[in-house]
Amino acid sequence: MKIVVCVKAVPDPKEADKIRIDPETKTLMRGDVPIVLNPLDKHAVEAAVQLKRKYDATVTILSMGPPAAGNIVKECLALGADQGILLSDRAFGGADAYATAYTLAKGIEKIGEFHLIFCGMASSDGATEWVGPQVATFLGVPVVTMVNEIMDDSNDEWLVKTAWEDGHRKVAVQLPAVLTVAREINKPKSLSFSGIIKARKKEIITWSGDDLGVSPEMVGFKGSPTIVGGFGTLETGRNVEFLEGTAEEMAERLVGILSDSGAIG
Amino acid sequence: MIDFTFSEEQDLFRKAARDFAENEVAKYVPEMEKTGKVPAGLVKAIGKAEMLAITIPEEYGGLELGYTARLIALEEISRISVATAMMLQVFALGIEPIVKFGTEEQKKKYLPGLATGEKLGTAAVTEATGGSDPTGIRTSYRKDGDDYIVNGRKCFITNSHIANTLVVLAKSDENPKDFCAFIVEKGMPGFKATHEEHKVGMKGCNTGELSFEDLRIPKANLLGQEGKGLRVTMAAIGEIGRGGMVGCALGLQAACLEESIKFANDRILYGKPISKLPEIQGKIADMRIDLEAGRLLGYRAASLQDSGTPASNEFAVAKYYTTEAAIKAAKTSVDIHGGYGCMEEYAVTRFYRDAAVLGPSAGTSAIMKVIIGRWALS
Repeated sequence: MKIVVCVKAVPDPKEADKIRIDPETKTLMRGDVPIVLNPLDKHAVEAAVQLKRKYDATVTILSMGPPAAGNIVKECLALGADQGILLSDRAFGGADAYATAYTLAKGIEKIGEFHLIFCGMASSDGATEWVGPQVATFLGVPVVTMVNEIMDDSNDEWLVKTAWEDGHRKVAVQLPAVLTVAREINKPKSLSFSGIIKARKKEIITWSGDDLGVSPEMVGFKGSPTIVGGFGTLETGRNVEFLEGTAEEMAERLVGILSDSGAIG
Repeated sequence: MIDFTFSEEQDLFRKAARDFAENEVAKYVPEMEKTGKVPAGLVKAIGKAEMLAITIPEEYGGLELGYTARLIALEEISRISVATAMMLQVFALGIEPIVKFGTEEQKKKYLPGLATGEKLGTAAVTEATGGSDPTGIRTSYRKDGDDYIVNGRKCFITNSHIANTLVVLAKSDENPKDFCAFIVEKGMPGFKATHEEHKVGMKGCNTGELSFEDLRIPKANLLGQEGKGLRVTMAAIGEIGRGGMVGCALGLQAACLEESIKFANDRILYGKPISKLPEIQGKIADMRIDLEAGRLLGYRAASLQDSGTPASNEFAVAKYYTTEAAIKAAKTSVDIHGGYGCMEEYAVTRFYRDAAVLGPSAGTSAIMKVIIGRWALS
């Protein structure tokens, strides 16, 4: 079994409050917020590594990003994946979900045969949840999103459980397929020192646009149909008001404040 | 050109250690503060996370990652729990003499268990009459055939009651200039862990006394040459002991800084966060300056140690600087918290108590100055 896991380097969500938006370019100003593996992608890597143990599968990590994203790929190798591929080219910069999915799909085509592609359900920065389904569309394979359990993987048609409004649904899916995973699918193992040592011998290959044979018009900013109309920062502040009057009057005023602020309907 | 950056792999070590500290250590801190006892689950987690294997050679079941990696791990763990970092740093004090001076048989017998946490180590040198001056110890040995008979008491021994493989220093009862280092196993007849201390800080890190009454130690447990035991224990204390305290101090400095920044951004005074006040900014800047400088001193010393260059003097400088800085940082973070800094719900109160224990451990600041002075004048 050959598995590809698509992963993304994102600004550390724990320091999200430090991220600002450039009013001119409408892009994120990360400042010195460190780059980490997208949290949901860690679940995707764990799902793949569990299947590697079960079926002796080969797990390839695929990421698109600047050279610094190589650290994230290395981390995935330390978590148990076999090899890493980083799609890195200045032309890939500024990609929206569509251009990202296109580039990842081209990377997967170059890898060759695959049975399963795992993605995190969403990234913590973009949070569109589009990349996984779009990768599947470009590759012409089925996709199941928000998978929280693999119920039966004993033959080519797998049964998976996914979140569905207030409940869940069971979906039969024919491999090869793309599965985007929710955090409930597993509890990822922690990075271990011995895993990091084992990763020393695992290879990370970098592919450019030329290596993928893609047109610069189809990738990065140029290949992105999304137009950002506007960005805003939610201003939060606090006001102090001492309520006066009888208990009923104060309660009435309190309900009015909460209602005006949108806290209650 | 000097490269001051951590390697990609070292960054991953830090990440692994931070994950371990935040996910596996933090949850034990309230229990440690309440009971003052070492949680069994924590020791198990330390072993499982391979924290004890860092400096042990691969051929004996270790990871052989060296001393920079060790310092990274200690700093990250201390950022969450100084007590746990202290425990871990002293486990290594029991390991290092065996790595450096052990016979092949001793290494094969003890190191694999110490690497997994199945066995826990410590070094027992300090007594009421000698610690920083180990020649003042009174624990004695005499030969009895091929065995040694040891009598005496040790005090302020970290991990005294949880360690089962101890490196013990004793003085010849015939020649006061001769010392021997022995590997003592818990359970040997005549060995007893006695009084447990109640420290002001680092609660949950076990410290206590040991008693040896006609403790019979076979020749196979002699570590290093007979009569040259001082060298064995001092080599470990000079680099591993001081280096370990640097890790504990750096982690505490980082924790003080983080908590202070968090509080200063949340606490509103005169209609704005106190972090906007120049006085508070100055305090936070001082903490940051000390942390940056301490890291340079500590990681430089660890890097020297990794390259095989003696670094005990450099570690003395780093130990002095970082532990003093940690004490200052703890006081400053309490000051920034104002009245809240007196309330035990706030972590800075723990930091303040932990800082008090940092200074005297592995040699006081005064002793560090003696060592540094001698080095400068030599």
